[in-house]
Amino acid sequence: MLNYVTSYLSSNTTPGQAGNVLWTLIYILIVFGGVSVSVIAMNWLERKALAHFQIRLGPMRVGPHGLLQPIADAIKLMTKEDIIPAEADKFVFMLAPLIILCASFAVYIVIPFGPTHAITDLNIGILFMLGVSSLSVLGIVMAGWASNSHYPLIGALRSSAQMVSYEVAMGMAVVSAVLMTSLHGLGPYGVGVGTSGTGTLSMIGIVQAQQEQHVWFLFKFFPLGFIACGIFAIAMVAETNRAPFDLPEAESELTAGFHTEYSGLRWSLFMLGEYAAMMAVSSIAVTLWLGGWFRPFPNTLTGQTWDLVFSLFPGLTFLGLAAIAFVGVVRMPKHAYFRAQTIGLVGFGAVLGLIGLLLFVPPVRDRIQDIFWFVAKVAGFMYLYIWYRATFPRYRFDQLMKVGWKVLLPIGIGVLILTAILGVVL
Amino acid sequence: MAPIGTLHYLVVAAALFILGVIGVLTRRNVVIILMSIELILNAVNLNLVAFSRLWGLHGQVFAIFVITDAAAEAAVGLGILIAFFRNKETVNVDEVDLLKW
Amino acid sequence: MQQIVQPGMQPVATTFFFYFLSGLILLSGVFVITCKNAVHSALALIFGLLAQAGLYLMLYAPFVAGVQIILYAGGIMVLFLFVIMLVNLERSRRENQFNKQWLVGLLAAVALGALFVAVYAKGKNLFPYRIAQPIETSNTQEIGVMLYGKYMFAFEIASLLLLVAIIGAVVMAKKRI
Repeated sequence: MLNYVTSYLSSNTTPGQAGNVLWTLIYILIVFGGVSVSVIAMNWLERKALAHFQIRLGPMRVGPHGLLQPIADAIKLMTKEDIIPAEADKFVFMLAPLIILCASFAVYIVIPFGPTHAITDLNIGILFMLGVSSLSVLGIVMAGWASNSHYPLIGALRSSAQMVSYEVAMGMAVVSAVLMTSLHGLGPYGVGVGTSGTGTLSMIGIVQAQQEQHVWFLFKFFPLGFIACGIFAIAMVAETNRAPFDLPEAESELTAGFHTEYSGLRWSLFMLGEYAAMMAVSSIAVTLWLGGWFRPFPNTLTGQTWDLVFSLFPGLTFLGLAAIAFVGVVRMPKHAYFRAQTIGLVGFGAVLGLIGLLLFVPPVRDRIQDIFWFVAKVAGFMYLYIWYRATFPRYRFDQLMKVGWKVLLPIGIGVLILTAILGVVL
Repeated sequence: MAPIGTLHYLVVAAALFILGVIGVLTRRNVVIILMSIELILNAVNLNLVAFSRLWGLHGQVFAIFVITDAAAEAAVGLGILIAFFRNKETVNVDEVDLLKW
Repeated sequence: MQQIVQPGMQPVATTFFFYFLSGLILLSGVFVITCKNAVHSALALIFGLLAQAGLYLMLYAPFVAGVQIILYAGGIMVLFLFVIMLVNLERSRRENQFNKQWLVGLLAAVALGALFVAVYAKGKNLFPYRIAQPIETSNTQEIGVMLYGKYMFAFEIASLLLLVAIIGAVVMAKKRI
């Protein structure tokens, strides 16, 4: 038994490929917990960042600087009355958020946090991810239909039409990236002599192809990789119904669209599914174009010292966050009413600092590298989501569909053809 | 229990086929008849892929073509249904009898 | 049964998953043909298709499984759900959902069952004695090679067929041609 547990630790494959059930379950629990914590943190970050973009402060009361606001929101949603509209199809009404949730979370099976840190590495990784994330369209259609009301129905129809349209553009961009995995030259324009190798659809394989070609696919065949990543970045915002493509669920347009009739815990399931889907498609973008789990400049800045320098980044990041927390502590008003918040913020800063110090310890430092860089890149994309929401006005629905079919799809096909031509000619 | 062989998959495919045939013959709603046809196509696909484990990858390629054709057929069939529904406001297949004597 | 699971060995739960997935498929098939509500039938069919994708995975066909999830469950069934939402009438829900041909259906089922048993009994010795175990890690690549090599013509014809279907569906659903 102990042998069974420890034999995996020295292997170099993902637990799914090794057939190791125990470690697969452990990984699943870790990923599930991580995603849930990230959704909570993302909720807080969105409200604070949007507020600061709009020159106001956001939630400040619930915890120090509103840090406990998501927990208060969760308690509120859980204690709300669960209203099911009359004449609504009860079974389908209850099933719709579950489908969206399962579809969004099932994508995390193949996301690679490191060369062996994935739950499994399917041979058809990217195909699986695209397919499963297209199952959430079914959940939206069912949610709108089962609510037995006009606004949800129109919102659901619009939302599903939008998602289906932008899936095509996403597919084109993804195929361009997969084409680049079949080359084996070095550098942005290197193709390699002889016949091209076969590409791969597996997520870990795609990142390893970027490693072999010594370049992020973002910069491969510049500007083709860049345009492909741009198409994917725009399509993924539309795919998750986020601003500026959030007409189906915007409050001033359709009274919250397909989740109008959902209250309490069911609505929080929708929100959970939406944030999980955002992180999932961001992870796809990071894996395909931004080099996955590799640190910046692994080939130009090589050597022991540079490895050491870059391995200090995780610890330094957490120490920086702790420093920001302590600055917040210093700037807290010195009033008796704020004592609890001050103590809370000190505790939070202390926890962050301890995590940062823990990440300096050499054994942890070596293992946490890949996961840290991957999560940092995904966090960058998530911040971009919030930035888009604060900056861009909303698309009208016909403009939305026009962009999806008449702009993104032709550009995507053009990038694909040019990538193929360059791959053969160069 | 016996190890799972090809025969197990064939039995499942046959049962699915029979269910699809019963659905086509006994339902009145056109959409459900079309869905039963999809069941039949799926049974055929399962059969093809089960045999491709024995004989090589040709079965899987054929299965991919069958799925593509099923998509085209569903689109055209549902288009016909919508065109008919616009005229007669019913999805009951028993009432599609305009050409009956 | 002693379960000695080592890394690299096939999971011993294959039997369990086969019976679970095929039970799910057959149950969903029964629900498709017996539900009064068309939306429930469509939902049952979606679950059946996803279970069938699982069966494809067990048959070492990951690419077909992926195609099934994307195209069938994520494309065709969305189309079906849209059309059901468009044509679902209050009146039709109170009509009799089953026509009176259940006897014919039963006869057809028995005849088909007998046919399948006969075909299997006659063709039992045509099965090869060894399994052509395809390599799972290069399944997509091999299918790609076959699609663009041997089956190139069929591939192009399929794309032409899809084009014809698109044009046909658009023309039929228009109000004025």
